[in-house]
Amino acid sequence: MKRKWSLFYAIVFIVFLAIVIDIPQNLSLNLKISGREIKLNLSRPPINIKFGDQVFYRDFNIKKGLDLQGGMQVVLSADMSNINSQDRQTALDSARSIISRRVDMYGVSESSIKTSVVDSDYRIIVELPGVSNPGEALDLIGQTAKLEFATPVYESDPASPSAVPQLVDFQSVDLTGADLKSANVTFETEDRSPAVSIEFKDAGKDKFANLTKEFLDKPLAIILDNQIISAPVVQTEITTGQAIITGKFTTKEAKFLATQLNAGALPVSVSVISQKNIPATLGADSVKSSLTAGGIGLLMVVFFMSAYYGHLGIIASVGLVIYGLITLAIYKLIPVTLTLPGIAGFLLSVGMAVDSNILIFERYKEEIRAKREWRVALELAFGRAWDSIRDANISTLMTGLVLFNPLSWNFLNTSGMVRGFALTLILGIIISLFTGIIVTRTLLRLFYISSKNHQLTDL
Amino acid sequence: MNWMKYRFLYFGISLLVIIPGVFSLLRFGLNPSIEFTGGSVLELEQINLTGNEIKDRLKDNEIIDFKYTNQNLKLHLKPITQKQADTIINLLTVNDQKPKLINFETVGPVLGQETLQKTIVGIIIAALLILFFVAQAFKEIKYGACAVIAMFHDSLVLLGSFSLLGHFFNLQTDLLFVTAVLTSLSFSVHDTIVVYDRIRELSRLHPNLNFESLANRATTETMVRSLNNSLTIILMLLSLVLMGGQTIRGFAIALLIGTISGTYSSPFTAVPLLTVWEKIANKK
Repeated sequence: MKRKWSLFYAIVFIVFLAIVIDIPQNLSLNLKISGREIKLNLSRPPINIKFGDQVFYRDFNIKKGLDLQGGMQVVLSADMSNINSQDRQTALDSARSIISRRVDMYGVSESSIKTSVVDSDYRIIVELPGVSNPGEALDLIGQTAKLEFATPVYESDPASPSAVPQLVDFQSVDLTGADLKSANVTFETEDRSPAVSIEFKDAGKDKFANLTKEFLDKPLAIILDNQIISAPVVQTEITTGQAIITGKFTTKEAKFLATQLNAGALPVSVSVISQKNIPATLGADSVKSSLTAGGIGLLMVVFFMSAYYGHLGIIASVGLVIYGLITLAIYKLIPVTLTLPGIAGFLLSVGMAVDSNILIFERYKEEIRAKREWRVALELAFGRAWDSIRDANISTLMTGLVLFNPLSWNFLNTSGMVRGFALTLILGIIISLFTGIIVTRTLLRLFYISSKNHQLTDL
Repeated sequence: MNWMKYRFLYFGISLLVIIPGVFSLLRFGLNPSIEFTGGSVLELEQINLTGNEIKDRLKDNEIIDFKYTNQNLKLHLKPITQKQADTIINLLTVNDQKPKLINFETVGPVLGQETLQKTIVGIIIAALLILFFVAQAFKEIKYGACAVIAMFHDSLVLLGSFSLLGHFFNLQTDLLFVTAVLTSLSFSVHDTIVVYDRIRELSRLHPNLNFESLANRATTETMVRSLNNSLTIILMLLSLVLMGGQTIRGFAIALLIGTISGTYSSPFTAVPLLTVWEKIANKK
C-alpha cells in the first residue's frame, strides 16, 4: 500500500514538472474573482548550467523544423580534386565554419550547417529557416570569395623594342583575403555608388604599402574568384592599410562581398547538388490542420476507450493525457526538432500507448470471466499482458532505430524528415511503456476500487 | 471459433488484393518522387500565358512532366540550378509581371541513386532484425519465417496500392512512403507477436491440444484486442488523412493502408500459414 502511494506522488511530481515545462514561457492570466481583477504574469526562467566548457542551456521552446516554419535546405558538394586526401576532412570542416560565419553575419538565426562524407563525396548540408529568397542565399553561401591582389605584367613588343611596353597580364601576389582585418560597405563620394572598404592586418598593411610604392601610377588588380573586379591605378603610396574595392555593385552585392570577406574565403569551391525551398505558409497551414486532425483523433480515441471499457477506459484516458504532457516536456527538454512527419510519429505513438492498455484490459476481462477476484485479476492482467507488450514494442523499437540511424551510418538513411519521424516514434514507445504500465497501473490500483461493483456487472 | 478451417479463403482474399497491385507494379511501376530519381520541381503561380505559350517559351528545357491549371504551373524537369530556374521565371514574365515562385526543389542524380540504395538497405536490415528477433523470442524459426511472410504480404499490398494510386491519382512514392512502409511492417509484426504469444501461452497450458485448436483459440482470444487497437490507430490516421496537412496526406494514406493490411495479416495470414506449416511438418 505504501509503495503505491509513493509511486503516486512520484507520478504527480513528474506531471507537475512536465506541466511547468509545457506551458508557454510567458503566461499571463487575467482572472476576475468576485468583481476583483487579478493579473498574473508567470514567466519561466531558462536553464543555464555551465560545467567547465560544457554549457547546458534550455529555454524550453519547441524547435520547429524547416517544413514547419519555411526556409531552404541546400546540399553542397565540395570540389576536393585539388586537395590532398589527408587534408580533405579539414578543408570540409573549415568550409563548414566559414559558411556558418557568413550565415550568422547575414542574420539568419537557428541555421543548421552539417557535413557528411559519402564515399568520396564531401558534402555540406545547410538549412536556413525563414529564408524566402533562395537565389540570394545561394549567392551568399555558395561563392568561394577568394580575394587576391595582382600586379601588372608588361611586355615589350619584340618587333618594335623602342615602343612603350604593353600591359599583357596580371600576376597574383602574396596578398590575399587572409590578410584582411575587416571589410565594410561604403558609398563612393562622387556618385554614391556602393563599394567595399577594406582594412588590412599589420602584416598585410606592410605588404600593401610596398605594393603601392612599387607600382605607383600603375594599375593594381583586385581579383575575386579568378575574376578581375577592378584594377584601379595607384595614385599614392598607401601606408594606412586601407583601400576601397569598387565595381559595379548593387548595395546587396556589396553587403555580400563584405560579409564573405569578413567570414573568409572557402578553401574549396562548392556546387549545389540538392535544393529545397519550403514556403512558410504551406508549413503553417499543414501544422494547423495536422494538429487539429490529431486533436480530433485523440478525442475519438478517448471517447472510444471510455465507451468501450467504462471506468477502466476513463482512467486509461487520464493516463493518455499524462502521456501527452510528458512527451511534450521531453520534446522541449532534448530538444526535438519538430517536423510534420514527427507530429505524425507522435500521433501514431499515441495509438500504441492505447494498445498497451487495450491488451491489459482484454486480459483483465478474461481473468474476470475466469471468476477471479477483481484485484487479483487486475494484477494478473498486468503481469500476463507484459510479455506481449514487451515483445511487440521491441520490434517497433528496432524498426525505429534502423530509421533513426543513431550512429549516422552512411549506408543508412540520414534524411532529416525520416529521422524526425523515427525519433518521435522511439520516444513515444519508451514513454508509452512508462505511462501504460506504471502510471495507469498505479492509478487503477488506487482509484479503481470504488467502482468495482458495477464494473463487474458492466463486463 | 474455428477460424483456421477457412484458411484458404483468407489466402484467397489476400491474393485478390495483391494480384491487381502486383500487376500494376509490373505494368505501371511506382511513381517515384525526385528524391529517388533526381530532377527538379518548379511550381509557379500567376502566369498570364496559355499552356501552349508556356511550352513554346520553355522549348529549350528538358521537361519531364508538365501540369498547368488556373495560372498554376508545375514543372518536373531534369536537374536544373537556381540560375536556370530564374531564367525560366524570366521567360514566363509577361509585361513585367513576374510569376510567383511557390516551390523549387532540385535533387542531383547521384543523391537520388544514393537515397534509393539506402532505402533498400534499411528495409533489408529491418526485416532481418525482425526475423531474428521473432525467431529468438519464440525459439523456432517457423514463427519468425511466418511473421516475415506476413510482413511481405503487407509490403506487397502497400506497394501495389501505391502503384495503382500513383498511376490513377498521381500519388507519389517518396521518402516518407518508405518510412510508412517500414512502420507498417513493424506494426504488422507487433500484431503478429501478440497472437503468437497467446499460442505459446496456450500450448503451455494445454500441452495435449493440437496446433489447429490452439491457433483457433489464440485467434479468438486476441481478436477483440486486435480490432480495438487497430480501430484507435485507424481513427487517428483517418483524421490525419481527411483533415491533416497536404504535405503528409500521402504518408497518412500509406500508414492507413499499412495498418489495415497489418491488422488483417496477423490472424488471417501469419497464423494460418503457421497452421499449414505445422500440418506439412506433421505429415512427414
